[in-house]
Amino acid sequence: MKKPARVFSEVIKHLFKKPATIAYPFEKAHIFPNFRGRIDFDSSKCIGCQMCVRVCPSKAIEIPTSEHQPPAPAQVEGQPAVAAKKKFDCIMKLDHCVYCAQCVEICPKKALIMTQDYELAQTDKAKLRRHYK
Amino acid sequence: MSKITIPLGPQHPALKEPENFMLVLEGEQISGATVNLGYNHRGMEKAAEGRTYLQNLYLIERVCGICSHSHTTTYITNVEELAKCETPKRALAIRTLFAELERVHSHLLWLGVAGYEMGFETLFMYTWRDREQVLDCLEMLSGNRVHYSINTIGGVRRDITPEQKAGVVQRINYLIERTNYYIKLALEEPTVAARTANVGKLPLDVAIERGAVGPTARASGLARDVRKDEPYLIYNELDFKLITHNTNDVFGRLVVRALELVESYKMIKQVLNDLPEGPIAVKVPMRIAPGECVNHYEAPRGEDIHYLKSNGTDKPERLKVRAPTLANLQSVAYMLEGGWLADVPLVIAAIDPCMSCTDRAAVWNPKKGKTEVYSWEDLRKLSIEQYRKRGVDFTRL
Repeated sequence: MKKPARVFSEVIKHLFKKPATIAYPFEKAHIFPNFRGRIDFDSSKCIGCQMCVRVCPSKAIEIPTSEHQPPAPAQVEGQPAVAAKKKFDCIMKLDHCVYCAQCVEICPKKALIMTQDYELAQTDKAKLRRHYK
Repeated sequence: MSKITIPLGPQHPALKEPENFMLVLEGEQISGATVNLGYNHRGMEKAAEGRTYLQNLYLIERVCGICSHSHTTTYITNVEELAKCETPKRALAIRTLFAELERVHSHLLWLGVAGYEMGFETLFMYTWRDREQVLDCLEMLSGNRVHYSINTIGGVRRDITPEQKAGVVQRINYLIERTNYYIKLALEEPTVAARTANVGKLPLDVAIERGAVGPTARASGLARDVRKDEPYLIYNELDFKLITHNTNDVFGRLVVRALELVESYKMIKQVLNDLPEGPIAVKVPMRIAPGECVNHYEAPRGEDIHYLKSNGTDKPERLKVRAPTLANLQSVAYMLEGGWLADVPLVIAAIDPCMSCTDRAAVWNPKKGKTEVYSWEDLRKLSIEQYRKRGVDFTRL
């Protein structure tokens, strides 16, 4: 059966409904907890194994040794000297990152943390190169 | 009447992606059409050779935005077959769930695009609003709306919790109700019939001859579906119908896609109801045993084929992708012939083209200032030359 303007009743119904869109940026979009956003770094956990650098599909991560290394712990008498724990930084190139979070998955010490940040646009390109210390 | 040839594209308001159609017109009627590809080549296959199998996963996902799961699943099936890895049952079920959710989102997107092309923008707005529900399902389960990255070598990356399951079922129930309304609308609304019936005819024998795949083939009455013909993942355990239609036109393609949506909802519920227990991934070594492998997969647009050759290192030696649009483009040239110029955007949109998946090789010669097509001999000569630079001599082969 062909009925002209079959969709008309549906259109009328929608006149009394709220808009389906969200008034961004005044209203934030709902983000699910597994959303893969900006990757954060915890320097105290990093052991510098470079696993994340190796798996990154877009070469967005660098793990250089920190400029200021913590001093070696004081030697306890009768025991061999303990070497200082090396400290590492993380350079995250947000413009290279594809936000796959493979580095978070591979990290053996959970030093890389996935956050839900998604508003990462910048007018200055240099600001996209984040240096976590 | 004298014939004139007009180019449609590569830059044209009716096309979403750059490709070129040379149309021979007699008045407003098309008497011949040729398809020219090569405006969207990205060198994905070559890039894959320089990355590890794990890194390639995220590259292959970006072959296409709409069928990102299709391409990774085909690729990963190849890798797992070469590595002789036993993927857990639960992982296969989750992959199937994503495959069907992806089909739902792709078909709803197409329904919107078809509505837009036929000038029925109300349908476009409503289907795209409802498509948000399935995108929400995907975001809830995997974390992202488009590039889900759910696959990993040896399984999947994220498990499904009971709350997520309930969330998906609730959204799917809403979509079932809406889709039934759209099917009724498409069958009863005279605008849809007037705009799509007898447009872009593709008879069964031509569909077979030109190798049409997916909904394009099924709308010509050709019962061809990889999920039925050679079941992969867990499709052999699912109960679903193969949808075909015999009107051979754009209307048939619309009906096939709309009814496939209903089948997909059914499958999503089946997978969620009997999700097998167990681990979601197994460990696979970085280096993959040497060998070669071909797999196919029913992507929302049709059959997707991947070929993979490994040489025992952690990087593939060769990866070849045959996206469904490439198979369907042959039919587009036929469908356009004899039709009207005003129907061209609708006929092209009816195969759900994805040009960036399809484009594989284009040679731009800056010295001559034109695009060239290489013959087999030329390609052979060039590849021997390239390997000689790397220190491998193939001249005597």
